[in-house]
Amino acid sequence: MNATSTLVLPALAAALGLALIGCGAANETPANADPTHGGSALSGTLDGAGSSAQQAAQAAWQAHFQSAHPGVTVNYDPVGSGAGVDQFLSGGVAFAGSDKYLTADQLTASKKTCHGATAFDVPDYVSPIAIAYHLDGVDHLKLSPKTAAGIFAGTITKWNDPAIQADNPGARLPSSRITPVHRSDDSGTTNNFTDYLHQTAPSVWTDPAAETWPYKSGEAAQGTSGVVAAIKSGNGTIGYADRSQVGALSVASVKVGSRYVAPSPTGAAKALADSSTTAGRPAGDLAIQVNRTTTSPGAYPILLVSYLIACPSYPDSATGTLVKTYLGYVVSGAGQQAAAQTAGSAPLPGTLASKAASKVQSIGAGH
Amino acid sequence: MALPLSVSFGPARRARPRGDRVFSGATRAAGLVVVLGLAGVAVFLTVQGIPALSAPGSALGGHASFAAYVWPLVFGTVLASVLALGMATPLALGTALVISHYAPRRVAAMLGYVVDLLAAIPSVVYGLWGIGFLSGRLVPAYAWLSTHVGWLPFFAGPVSATGRTILTAAIVLSLMVLPIITAISREVFAQAPRLHQEAALALGATRWEAIRMAVLPYARSGVVSAVMLGLGRALGETMAVAMVLSASGVVTFDLVGTTNPSTIAANIALNFPEATGLGVNALVASGLVLFVLTFVVNLAARAIVARSMRKEQG
Repeated sequence: MNATSTLVLPALAAALGLALIGCGAANETPANADPTHGGSALSGTLDGAGSSAQQAAQAAWQAHFQSAHPGVTVNYDPVGSGAGVDQFLSGGVAFAGSDKYLTADQLTASKKTCHGATAFDVPDYVSPIAIAYHLDGVDHLKLSPKTAAGIFAGTITKWNDPAIQADNPGARLPSSRITPVHRSDDSGTTNNFTDYLHQTAPSVWTDPAAETWPYKSGEAAQGTSGVVAAIKSGNGTIGYADRSQVGALSVASVKVGSRYVAPSPTGAAKALADSSTTAGRPAGDLAIQVNRTTTSPGAYPILLVSYLIACPSYPDSATGTLVKTYLGYVVSGAGQQAAAQTAGSAPLPGTLASKAASKVQSIGAGH
Repeated sequence: MALPLSVSFGPARRARPRGDRVFSGATRAAGLVVVLGLAGVAVFLTVQGIPALSAPGSALGGHASFAAYVWPLVFGTVLASVLALGMATPLALGTALVISHYAPRRVAAMLGYVVDLLAAIPSVVYGLWGIGFLSGRLVPAYAWLSTHVGWLPFFAGPVSATGRTILTAAIVLSLMVLPIITAISREVFAQAPRLHQEAALALGATRWEAIRMAVLPYARSGVVSAVMLGLGRALGETMAVAMVLSASGVVTFDLVGTTNPSTIAANIALNFPEATGLGVNALVASGLVLFVLTFVVNLAARAIVARSMRKEQG
């Protein structure tokens, strides 16, 4: 009896220990390609991780890129922007996708990953965010920023509120209650939407942009699909989601300048063309300050800009070449068109696209 | 008479056969693995959770302290579980009695099979069903409750337009715990001594009286265990709740409104993907609270069962 227990215990401890070691090691997949395939021949494996908003677009890019370069395998893990940037900074992946550009702290931290140089951001995925609603008998809805902020902050509670009526003269609005729907999980979509509300209607929407919904009012739903399902299943519901995901739901036009604009990739591209890059960033970095208060005709300012994050040079020439070629394809006209077709995103506007392309072309390999 | 007994229980245990030793070693190992696993989870939760106790408000969703952060979650978890068990227990006991005592054998076998099948449905499917089918169809019922018994704080409203309330989540949960409680209760009821029941019937008792006198008292501790297992599932259920519930982190007894308390497990699932640094510690610490909560509830239930059994015997 004693003999068995003395045998069993160490065996168990060893088994548990092995299991733990296994878990630790499995998380650290090396990013660099097989060094034996170096030089100009394009082959190997490229690993990226990050934003789940880019997932559909990345899948399209992967497929197109891999059919053009059969020797290459591109992996993109849509773990979320925060986790993706963490993996990039710890050297786990060669590039990251993120709905937010790197913070000053993250830029400093990137010097370790990028061997002395700072990492950079280039926009690669621009998507309009629609305000979708479900209200029987009302197919067209126009909203000024103040009204939209009032609805989502919970201060406008009825559909026939004078503020909504003023935006929609002549429309027959019911007296039913409004149920605003927001994301229950933290997300870049919420961050961009609250940024729009705060910048265009600061007197109503007093909280700054945040990934977490700041108020306790309204209905919460998980993920883009959860928000869309919640809007569909109720009557008098209104929420925000990626335009390509809202399906057959009615979509509100928002007031830009003196006109009302419906969400579209072209509108998002126009708003982006009217935006500037953030000041005080490293040379060539394209962190964009989206101009939410733009008045340029046809611009639609509720949009999400997602970035590619990479190092200016890679000591391993195979990895460097892969990153340069893949990212170059992503920001190219062909890549942007592929994403627009698959994921309904807005292709990068001309000047921004050429700036992004020249930044990516400057990626160094093997030095 | 005493001859065959002394072989297995007498002092002569030197010559224990090899198979016996292997078997006892294997069972010991199995028991030990369970305890070690549980201890491992507890150690992980404690070590990773402790930093959250002194975390600043920014890591705790704006709450002043960890207690303020976790209290609405504990409230929501307990409320949803209690509601779910309140609905599932009577239904499960009724179903179990039908299967064990009322239905003809072939119908009973079919019914038992169907109920067991409920346990095989993944929780994400329950979630899809709850969000896509059930919640929308409950809105008229909730509106009716709110207009007619709205003076009760539970149905005060204003009623959710989508029906994704904590009551809907509890209904989905009750369906998920139903097969667990039914399956165990049915076995316990079936094992109640036939002789007692036949004696009761012979003395002129009705079917219901016989069950009340000869089956239910016998089955009580087994039924409590079944309910406790169901409670464990309800407390820890994550996916279905995260999908169905419109969680806002408030503390309210209103069961049909738009803003609802969240549950610990659903909150972890929703916020883990984008959490960093101390935010992760806070989520792990809330997991520790759930772990302790489940433990305490189970201990309390065992104590109740033990006391009622002592009372019966003494």
